[in-house]
Amino acid sequence: MPDPTTPAIPPEEAPGTSRRRFVAYVLAAPALAIAVRSGLINPFGDTAAAAEIARDGASSQSGVLAAGGSGPAIATTPQVFDYYDLSDLLTDSCRPTNNLLTLDVGHDGVVRFLLPRAEVGQGITTSVAMIIAEELDVPLHRVQVTLRDADPALLYNQLTGGSNTIHSLWEPLRAMAASARGRLSGAAAQQWGVSPSSVTTKDGAVYGPVGQVLDYGQLSAAAASSTTREVSYTLKEASQYKVIGTRVTRVDAVDAVTGKKQFAMDVKVPNAKPCMVAHGPHIRATPKSLNNQAEILKMPGVTHVGLIATGVAVRAATFGQCIDAVRAMQVSWNPGTVDTINNTEVARVLRSVELPMPSPAPGVETFEATFRFNFRSGSPLETNAAVADVRKDSAEIWSSLKNPIIAKQRIAEFLGMSADAVTVHCTTGGGSFGRHLFHDAAQEAAAASKLFGVPVRLMWHRTEDSRHGRVHPASVSRARAGFAEGSVVSWDMRHTSVATDYTHGLGEMYSGALTSQHYPGFPLSGNLTVAQGIYTLSAGMPYNVGQLTNFLNEHYDYDTFNTSSVRNVYSPDTATVRELMIDEVAKRMGLDPLEFRRKFLKSPRMLKVLNAVAERGKWGKKMAPGTAQGIAIHNEYKAVVVCLMEIDARPHTVNRKLKGGGYTGPRVTRVTIGADSGPIINPSGFEAMLMGGAMDGIAQALTAGLHYDQGLPLEGSWDDYHYTRQWNAPFVVDAFTVPSEETVPGGAGELGCGVSQAAAACAYSRAVGRMATEFPINFHKPLDFKVKTRTPPYPPSPNNGLKYVR
Amino acid sequence: MSNHTFILNGEKVSVEVEDNVRLLWVLRDVLGVTGPKYGCGIRVCRACTSHINGKAFNPCAVSVGDIKATDEITTIEGLADTVKKDLHPVQEAWLKHDVAQCGYCQPGQIMGAVALIKEHKKSGKPITDDDLDQIRNICRCGTYWRVREAIRDAADHM
Repeated sequence: MPDPTTPAIPPEEAPGTSRRRFVAYVLAAPALAIAVRSGLINPFGDTAAAAEIARDGASSQSGVLAAGGSGPAIATTPQVFDYYDLSDLLTDSCRPTNNLLTLDVGHDGVVRFLLPRAEVGQGITTSVAMIIAEELDVPLHRVQVTLRDADPALLYNQLTGGSNTIHSLWEPLRAMAASARGRLSGAAAQQWGVSPSSVTTKDGAVYGPVGQVLDYGQLSAAAASSTTREVSYTLKEASQYKVIGTRVTRVDAVDAVTGKKQFAMDVKVPNAKPCMVAHGPHIRATPKSLNNQAEILKMPGVTHVGLIATGVAVRAATFGQCIDAVRAMQVSWNPGTVDTINNTEVARVLRSVELPMPSPAPGVETFEATFRFNFRSGSPLETNAAVADVRKDSAEIWSSLKNPIIAKQRIAEFLGMSADAVTVHCTTGGGSFGRHLFHDAAQEAAAASKLFGVPVRLMWHRTEDSRHGRVHPASVSRARAGFAEGSVVSWDMRHTSVATDYTHGLGEMYSGALTSQHYPGFPLSGNLTVAQGIYTLSAGMPYNVGQLTNFLNEHYDYDTFNTSSVRNVYSPDTATVRELMIDEVAKRMGLDPLEFRRKFLKSPRMLKVLNAVAERGKWGKKMAPGTAQGIAIHNEYKAVVVCLMEIDARPHTVNRKLKGGGYTGPRVTRVTIGADSGPIINPSGFEAMLMGGAMDGIAQALTAGLHYDQGLPLEGSWDDYHYTRQWNAPFVVDAFTVPSEETVPGGAGELGCGVSQAAAACAYSRAVGRMATEFPINFHKPLDFKVKTRTPPYPPSPNNGLKYVR
Repeated sequence: MSNHTFILNGEKVSVEVEDNVRLLWVLRDVLGVTGPKYGCGIRVCRACTSHINGKAFNPCAVSVGDIKATDEITTIEGLADTVKKDLHPVQEAWLKHDVAQCGYCQPGQIMGAVALIKEHKKSGKPITDDDLDQIRNICRCGTYWRVREAIRDAADHM
């Protein structure tokens, strides 16, 4: 007989154990279906954690970590962020509709969950399946997690962002799975006529006291209910976990390595022929006319061509023929939004709207610097893509969407249909990096399908994905540290950014509309209000630096540049500023960067991660001249992350040539990155997120920026936009999890990015002996590429590929 | 339109399409073989990497008219069959090292890696960091380190 290990929880048993018991619902259904309660379970976030930070901050003030003959750390008053952050906001916004999530146990024994979040590579379908498998005692392969169609009833509970999926679903998933386990156990006990406390569950079956076994599938009907009613459940203790915390290869890995994994353009929809859109020579330029429509229609494969709001759409038998058609188009365009603006102008304007800083107190030495961050592309490898089938009274859309509800509502509005008539299916995304917060491709696909009267499979050309796709806004950041008698006594930051577009709201139309609002006499106000709220809820200060002020201002309207939140919002830039300033202040105080951080960090939790990374990455080891280590810390998403990088900035490395060309520059040779992000569901997936974040951080610090010229980025593909490539990648990446005392999982997806950008910047600055103040550091070097064509908007497709067979 | 015949994943196929259509679109849009991915269309990102007669190439940059009837095209879908197994050793290594994140670049990464390892097996030279630096496949999720680890591991099992 198998060895059943988890005691079953009888549903009707009166509370009598020391463990907390909760209440969920069994739904009226022929097979077992469980839902959780709605409501504000924890409306004010984890105030205990904030209190701890405040207390720890005060304790480090005692100077127990004092070193180098410096003064004590002067506690910084806890900020709003320390009590209530963006993770709390997003999770709380889901609570009112958590009762609409359901877990089904089928007669076939398969457990099904419709996930109202986007899988774009962050591995949430794996983590979600693991949480369910754990609490339900069912093998992982019997848990089927499917991306849920857009469902407006979910309100704010179908937004994917802020590294918040697991944080927000942790409670409801466990509640549903534990309730289901209780119901199945109770049903088995009843059939066997034994006490519910005498049965156990394991591997998707219930085991009785004398060797009886019933599979969950066999019990599903008996465990179901003819009426919806309350059931109580008990959660496992973390010490009982057998799935959570184990290294699992992601559930879609086999499909990914065999080419079976389906992305939007792989979905088979009858007659949905390839479709592409020619966008203008300036961002947000709109088409005036297509001057050779008849000629385009005669081209091989072309079936339809016509104007939509954002450009000229063409549908053909193959994408290759769409590309040829776009290249042959003669289009007249209206102006765009920034036709005469370039990078320098943007930086000048941003500086002119910077919020003022207070005067430094007398007798306080100050160090002040201004940093500049250029636009960065959020282009994932899968370009913007969507399938649309618009019929007379209804429509169907397939796309990777992080806010599918607002996509459904806005497309319905555009089509003049009720939202119910528009079905929006969510496909897995080939990356997102903020792109899929917006439904740009789905909107265009709907417009093209409506115009042509046939289904379309719409995809952006890479060159336009790079130039017209959404970008991380450029920013200017000014910081000032005041110090006296060996202590940091004040810290002021003024971050001034091109507006980040937040008009997706909390994922649906009403919050989206409020964000888009221009209040009378106060342009920008809706979006700016949201921006400042997000800044406040994400701007942590991990150090005790005395009196702190930290404010954001944004400029240009949200629809001037094509912006979005690109793998973190403000944190990569603000963390880079903070950590560079810390290194500089440490130097002025005669402290090593690690020593300084040890002394001035706010909490033992941060110190623990710092020490773990410093030890594992061998901080302070002897480095050759022109090479250096850099270390940085960041706290966000209920997590603490530390990154230690080694960089080689010696001329022979910087100027190394690569066969076949490619941008080289200083090379990060080793990365050690560790994080405490609460209980980790899948360490393999979590470490992958840290590694990926590190590659983004390296790119953004060293190589990757967009040069705007006459209203269009010059970069138009991966050969000119220098995202990290294998030849820029570190020789060793050591990502790891630091054991945590937290009980709720924090974030993963964005966590590694900002801290890595900061670590790369610090390492580089130390290697060259001067603090870098503009990023990427190569931004003002002469362009190392030939700029691709602006008109036509796509470069020619090469046909010499057989020359390069290897 | 003209007729084009070639061998795709071990089977003879014929398609009616214009000569100058790049093979990537013939595979994806005409034949419905969607393993090879579009990422740039100009032989830069290498997401479409497949094999022609056992060697790596990029079908986004080859006109179907340049493919001969005897040419054997292998996409990710046909890779395991080349070793008569459910999975090729490189795919096994990819699973072992949990390489894929979003997975979009992975068919190209794997097909490129197979060719790289084969080249080194033939010459008898070990795969060095310099060789790994030459890999041009982009992974926008940044799983480069696991790609390096998986290739080194797979090379020991091929």
